[in-house]
Amino acid sequence: MSQGIVTVSYIGAAVLCILALGGLSHQESARRGNYYGMIGMGIALLATILGVVEDNFFILIVSIAIGSVIGLQLAKKVQMTQMPELVAILHSGVGMAAVLVGFASFMGHAAGNLTGAEKTIHDVETYLGILIGALTFSGSVVAYLKLSATIGGKPLLLPARHWINLGMLIAAIILCFVFVEQSESGGGSFALILMTLIGFAFGVHMVMAIGGADMPVVISMLNSYSGWAAAATGFMLSNDLLIVVGALVGSSGAILSYIMCKAMNRKFLAVIAGGFGNKPTSTGAPAGAAEPAGEAVSIGAEETAEMLADAKQVMIIPGYGMAVAQAQHVVFEITNVLKDKGINVRFGIHPVAGRMPGHMNVLLAEAKVPYDIVFEMDEINDDFPDVDVSIVIGANDIVNPAAQDVPDSPIAGMPVLEPWNGKNTIVMKRSMATGYAGVDNPLFYKENTRMLFGDAKEMLDNVLASLKTL
Amino acid sequence: MRLGIPKEIHEGEKRVATTPEVAELLIKKLGFEVAIESGAGERAKFTDDAYAEAGVIVVEDAKTLWADSDIILKVRAPETHPELCVDEVELLKEGQTLISFIWPAQNEDLMKRLAAKKVTVLAMDSVPRISRAQKMDALSSMSNIAGYRAVVEAAQHFGRFFTGQITAAGKIPPAKVLVIGVGVAGLSAIGVAKSMGAIVRAFDTRPEVKDQVESMNADFLLLDFDDEDGSGEGGYAKVMSEEFIKAEMELFARQAMEVDIIITTALIPGRPAPELITEAMVETMKEGSVIVDLAAERGGNCKLTEADKVVVKHGVTLIGYTDLPSRLATQSSQLYGTNLRHLLTELSPEKNGEIFVNMEDEAIRGATVIKEGEITWPPPAPKLSAAPKPQPKIKPVEKKEEKPPSLLQRFLPFIIGGFALLIVGLGAPASFMPHFTVFVLACFVGYMVVWNVAHSLHTPLMSVTNAISSIIIIGALLQVSSPDGAIKYIAAFAILITSINIVGGFAVTQRMLEMFRK
Repeated sequence: MSQGIVTVSYIGAAVLCILALGGLSHQESARRGNYYGMIGMGIALLATILGVVEDNFFILIVSIAIGSVIGLQLAKKVQMTQMPELVAILHSGVGMAAVLVGFASFMGHAAGNLTGAEKTIHDVETYLGILIGALTFSGSVVAYLKLSATIGGKPLLLPARHWINLGMLIAAIILCFVFVEQSESGGGSFALILMTLIGFAFGVHMVMAIGGADMPVVISMLNSYSGWAAAATGFMLSNDLLIVVGALVGSSGAILSYIMCKAMNRKFLAVIAGGFGNKPTSTGAPAGAAEPAGEAVSIGAEETAEMLADAKQVMIIPGYGMAVAQAQHVVFEITNVLKDKGINVRFGIHPVAGRMPGHMNVLLAEAKVPYDIVFEMDEINDDFPDVDVSIVIGANDIVNPAAQDVPDSPIAGMPVLEPWNGKNTIVMKRSMATGYAGVDNPLFYKENTRMLFGDAKEMLDNVLASLKTL
Repeated sequence: MRLGIPKEIHEGEKRVATTPEVAELLIKKLGFEVAIESGAGERAKFTDDAYAEAGVIVVEDAKTLWADSDIILKVRAPETHPELCVDEVELLKEGQTLISFIWPAQNEDLMKRLAAKKVTVLAMDSVPRISRAQKMDALSSMSNIAGYRAVVEAAQHFGRFFTGQITAAGKIPPAKVLVIGVGVAGLSAIGVAKSMGAIVRAFDTRPEVKDQVESMNADFLLLDFDDEDGSGEGGYAKVMSEEFIKAEMELFARQAMEVDIIITTALIPGRPAPELITEAMVETMKEGSVIVDLAAERGGNCKLTEADKVVVKHGVTLIGYTDLPSRLATQSSQLYGTNLRHLLTELSPEKNGEIFVNMEDEAIRGATVIKEGEITWPPPAPKLSAAPKPQPKIKPVEKKEEKPPSLLQRFLPFIIGGFALLIVGLGAPASFMPHFTVFVLACFVGYMVVWNVAHSLHTPLMSVTNAISSIIIIGALLQVSSPDGAIKYIAAFAILITSINIVGGFAVTQRMLEMFRK
């Protein structure tokens, strides 16, 4: 196949990838978008295999086959509650691949014929590709371990963590100069390996310092990194397709991170630097104004069912607790029973509910909740005054009025859902413990709030049973 | 223990302290034995048979009932029995418990006589107004009914529709209703009048009820006056300053000329009802207007009202019924019975049919006015007022005012970007530039395309970008042909992990998207 055909195939693939991302912006076109992506990727692969690869077809095909089978199995088996973990571990694959491709390119001296500035630029590209790849890889692995609860979700805050980060950054920059210099004379592998190790350490340290509630930001940030790694690799290999797609993914991840940060009213850098919720202000005695006025009133499953059955407008606010308890299916059954009674049931989703962007939507979709009754915070917050009963399932900080009323609260200024404007709120929680941010929630003490303690799944099962007997 | 429910003897009282439904729960859930005087529920439309069916023992004779019960449940405070010609207090004996309305502040003599009998008395009117005790708060549930009934009574005596209509026979203007005093009864009245189609206005000295009024789509009348907070202890109002009252009266005088129906519910604890509607105002009201005075028992918010009567003065009908809850006896018995049941549930934590008057419990402590012959009223001040006084207004998080960015600020990114590009252009070799162009443009395309992604699709977007970022497989493919063994296998491994990503990413996205449906 001629070089021309390969190039036009790449152009086609790049266009299809753009269409894929564009298609995913709306429910109606999302599936089409995914197909575009598949076709684009297929074209790129075919063009490369047929047009560029010269040898070792057997090992290539075997690798692809094994990888595809594993990928398919993963995709089939994964529980929707485990989506964040899956996405994290998949990101690590991209990071690893970037490291491997960088090393392979370096070892093959593919750019041996380059000299001067071009050579320097090529070396810097290789270096960057590997650095970002290494960081993405180890960061994703740590994120995976955190999300799958293999290691604790609490942020690990080393004493001089900012200095450690800075030190590693400086070391990486110095090593870059060393590498470029040595590479002139054909050496540099030591510097490259050392830098890779620093990259790994950097990724681990960075994600370890970020707590569970900030995971949506981390995931989309890693997503962005994996894109930049691909783009850097594209520069290294002078491959425009990689550059285009890498840049697309990189910028989309960055935008998602930005959206997530905005939803938490946090600075991106503050999240990366880590340590939210463990600041002394939040763990120590909260300011006087944050102290709850009143006492929490508990309620049973039966009464909850009665309240729901008597309501006209019901709002369900799911949080991470619903995912943990795998309660989404029961929630849907309750929704159906209520709808049959002519009650208008809607879902209010906070942008950072759950552990990855859009996590709640996927869980509800899995339980077959139609997406047109699932609303975003901004769409629904003004409707609360008409709501008779709001049920908060395993969420805390995203429904905390302190974010609006208490200026020195650690979550002050974070946009929150406002169920307290409705007539009644039922909060399902395992205990009175604070949420991730370690801030007491005045909502629990409001006069029209009732607490339903227990495991979300179990309690909702009871509510459903009572509803059916009503 | 046996609960005894005697027939109410107060003249005109139709309520009964327990309904069959409540009795059944008392027997089954709490393990009490329940007895009722024959005919006690008759006027609230509960027959003896219905009680018997629920497992209640029906006792013919009042004396036997009082004698055999451990706990007496009543609505009204004890008074002289018209048939037995003996005061109900005399029917009590040592060790018994009485639960009913008592009004200890107004009935000092009664309290002394009860104490002398060495009984325990829980007053339903003294249940503290704290959140936890709401379910036992009979005052609220009775006020709710009174508010409802007040509108119904007003409608009864009002010659027109409440709702406005345009009919073939002409246009009907909606009735205008003014509710003064927005407590439980006031709110209830607003809700009912509103649902009947009237234009409803409300006034209260406590500004915090404004939101509640507006939440019911009624208008809250504001005084032209520096805000003076009329909130007293326990959710009641307090006496206001003279100037305030003057401004208030002017407002009422203006409103009186305009509205058709006035419902007043203004009460200040322990004082005669404040006079809000003067005779002069009544005179200015339209012929056929109605005033329902829920404070009639304490002298009335309008001096022309006569307690327990309907009178017409200056062409205005003044309704002074003091027994509005009793006029909805079935409903009020049911709510009162449920309040009692909740109280009994709190009193018997073991649910074994025994009661324990736990003086440590704030709610029970408040309700207990006599403990084994010892007067324990008034209770120590409640820890918390039902509607906590808003602490000095917490400043809401200041909204950052978005200043229009200055010219420099607006152009700064462009200037920095321009310089960065200039540096790249100066330093980079020509062969680098096409790739750089592509890179920058692609970043912009990504920015434009992704910015509008629906929030619900973030997860699928992420898994699809993950699959797409595995385009890095191309890099590995380019290297796999290398004759060098090590490179070959490294590349092959990279191909393997990226194919996991590609296939896994697309497949899982597909799976997720299949789930989204309308």
